[in-house]
This record gives sequence, structure tokens and C-alpha cells, in this order.
Amino acid sequence: MTEPITLTVNGLDYPVDVDMGRNLLSVLRTEIGLTGTKEGCDDSECGACMVLLDDQPVNSCSYLALQAQGKSVTTIEGVMPADGLHAIQRSLLEEGGVQCGFCTPGIIMSTRALLDGNPSPSEEEIRIGLSGNLCRCTGYAKILAAVIRTASDN
Amino acid sequence: MSFAIAGSLDEALAALAVGARPIAGGTDLVVGARQGKAPLPASLVAIDRLDELAHIESRDRGIRIGAMVTHSQLMIDQMIVSGYTALADAAALVGSPSTRNIGTLGGNVMNASPAMDTGAPLMVLGAVAQLRSARGSRTVELSDLWTGPGQTSVETEELCVAIDLPPRPARSGSAYVRLEYRRAMEIAIVGAAASVTLADDGTILGGAVALSAVAPTIIEVDDAGALMTGHLPDAAAAAVATAASDVARPISDLRASDTYRRHTVGVMAARAVDAAARRAAGEEIGVPVNRAIGVGASR
Repeated sequence: MTEPITLTVNGLDYPVDVDMGRNLLSVLRTEIGLTGTKEGCDDSECGACMVLLDDQPVNSCSYLALQAQGKSVTTIEGVMPADGLHAIQRSLLEEGGVQCGFCTPGIIMSTRALLDGNPSPSEEEIRIGLSGNLCRCTGYAKILAAVIRTASDN
Repeated sequence: MSFAIAGSLDEALAALAVGARPIAGGTDLVVGARQGKAPLPASLVAIDRLDELAHIESRDRGIRIGAMVTHSQLMIDQMIVSGYTALADAAALVGSPSTRNIGTLGGNVMNASPAMDTGAPLMVLGAVAQLRSARGSRTVELSDLWTGPGQTSVETEELCVAIDLPPRPARSGSAYVRLEYRRAMEIAIVGAAASVTLADDGTILGGAVALSAVAPTIIEVDDAGALMTGHLPDAAAAAVATAASDVARPISDLRASDTYRRHTVGVMAARAVDAAARRAAGEEIGVPVNRAIGVGASR
């Protein structure tokens, strides 16, 4: 049995029909067509599915779509300005913090929330802020450098 | 299948009275369902928007923590960090930032995992759970609340609405130390919480120790207070280490053997007593104590 609900994603309202057990990630990707958010572990471990829910990072694979009603969802598509790259995206490219790119949307969402709350984080605070995001390519050093660069450019 | 978002506590209690199950952050319930551990209940009532349950309040006798207070709130709240530090230590270790943002204290307590991080701190700090249902309310000691792995003595129509903590005596400190293999998304291999009150001469006036992940529920080391009283912290920590290993009834699983757990829970208990006593003496040790003293995964 599906239920008609409205989800607010990147400032736009989307009417969708969802089952109770449906996760937010699958609705974002399949019903709304925003495929920037990735499915990795489907278990809240890897952070590839990270979105912002009322400006806080949340694993969308393990969050019921029905529970997101009335809340503001931000995905990677809502971070990128129309006329180019967000500062976090630019720093990741310039520092080599992107290889296969699968974890990158999640990394950017966690970084966005971290820097919105704390524009000048210490290295330790960055490591904690990104501790829910796995990357199997870069070894993290270049991601860390990119976040430090974004913060110092602010 | 039905799903409702409760707009008030009364609405939530009415839904529970007719068979709905509560969902807060869903960090255990939804993940468990997706892993196939247990299907989602047929009827759910979301309680995460009940603002009346989302505050930490100072009261005449101690503090009240609403069941919907998140781990992110607990780890930075000044009343918790200064007076009930072991609970802040534990909250800061749960999951990752995303888990801590939506995972709640009520959810952690009622999920009743023997490896839960907030349970041992709550026990040594003397917490009780406040339960409500459409028919009334009652207060339950944590030792009566948890009855087994994932099991509680709470009736299906009851909701945990708050955790109450008594006031802290002067010259008191507490700490929670966890053995871990990594720094995020980790479940305690073993853990220990200690609460210590110091006398003017630096000996221990009283205290308590509780353990995670070494029994079917969080357990208290019953004789820890008596073992510590009258001793300096070093001697107290050594005595508690032995008692903690003796009382532990751990299992072997893919994360550790029973032998390893029995030994290391004593080590964690001694470190928790040491950190709690140093905090009681006024030393600033950062939250979580795991990072401040370098327990477990260093980076």
C-alpha cells in the first residue's frame, strides 16, 4: 500500500507515492530522478547516500521517506550553483580528492554541513565531521587537504 | 501497514495503545529491517517531532533528559559535559555524525543492545527511565528495564519519555571508555563507565562501575563502590579491574573472543575509574575520553 506525500528537496516540492518501508535514497533516485546521491553499503556505514535533512547530514539509505515529510532535504544537486562548481567541489578537484568519485557527493554533503556549522574547523574536527564517509580510493589525505583549503578560502 | 506522524505525546500514546510501534531516528529500526534482522512493524508512529521530549532540563533534584534528545545534543550540552561527563563521552562515540544527529537517547535505551554506549554511563550516574502510556506513568530502574539482548520489561503500549538523573555530589567525576577497532560506525568490543566521588584527602568516598558488551545486558559491578571506598584512585582502579573481569560473562563472536573481552573489560574499567577520579579532582579531560587518553583506534 502506497501513500501520497510531498517531499521538499532542494527547495522544490515533489509529490510522490511511497510504501512505508521505502527509504529516502530510493525515492530521491527513482521517483524524483536525482541520481547524484549514491547507494553504497545500504547499511549506514559508508556515507555515499549522505543528504542534509534540515541542514544536518543523514544517511538517506536508512531513513524512511515517509519520515522526511515536512522536512527540508538537500542533495548534491542542491549544492552545485547553476553557473559552475561549489567551493568544496573546486577544492576537491584541485587537491586531487576525487578518483572514482562514488563517495564524493556524500563527502561534499558532510563537508557542507561541517563548514556551515563551523567555518574554521581544526584537522581533528574535519576528521570527525567526515568520519561517516568512506573512500576506498584516495586514502583521505587529499580529501582532508581539500576541506582545509575550502575553509581557508572562505 | 500504516504510518503516522505524532503531533503530540497524547497522539503518540493513543497510537501505541492500538498497536503502533514508535520510531524516532530509525537508526536501529530501519537498519535492522533492511538487514533482515526484523521486519518493520506493520504500524509505525513517528515520535521524532515531539518537541516536548527533545529538551535537557534542570530540575529540583537533578536533570531530566527527554527521550528525543539526540546524541549530538548530549555530547555538547554544558550540563551533561560538566556534570554527567560519562554520558557525553558515550554519546560522542555513537556511530558517525549522521547517526548522532538523528539517533536519540530514548532509542538507544529502548533498543536494549548489550553493547549500547549510553547504558553503562546512565547506570553509574543513577538514571531511571520515565515511562508513559495512555493509562498512566511509571518510573523504572535501568537494572529492571533491560531483561536481555534487545529485550525490555516495558509494555508495548508504554513509551520511554525521559531519563532522569540525580544531582551530582561535590568532587565527583565520571567517564566512559570503550575498546574499539576504528573511530566511527563502531560497536563496543567492550566498554566501561565509572563514577567516582572523592574525599578531601584524595581517597574515594564512593562510586559505581558498569560494563558494556560483556553480558546479555549492561551490568553493574555490584561491589565496585565498596572496593573503591577509602582507597586512592590507583588502588581502586586495580581492584575494580579484577572485579570487572570476574563479573563479566562475555560471548565470543566475530569481533572478539570471550577470553579477550573478559581481560580487556577489566582494563577499560580501570581506565574509566582513573579518568573519573581525575575529573573529580578537577582535571580537564576532553570529551570523549577515548580520544583524550588515546584508547582504541588512535586515528
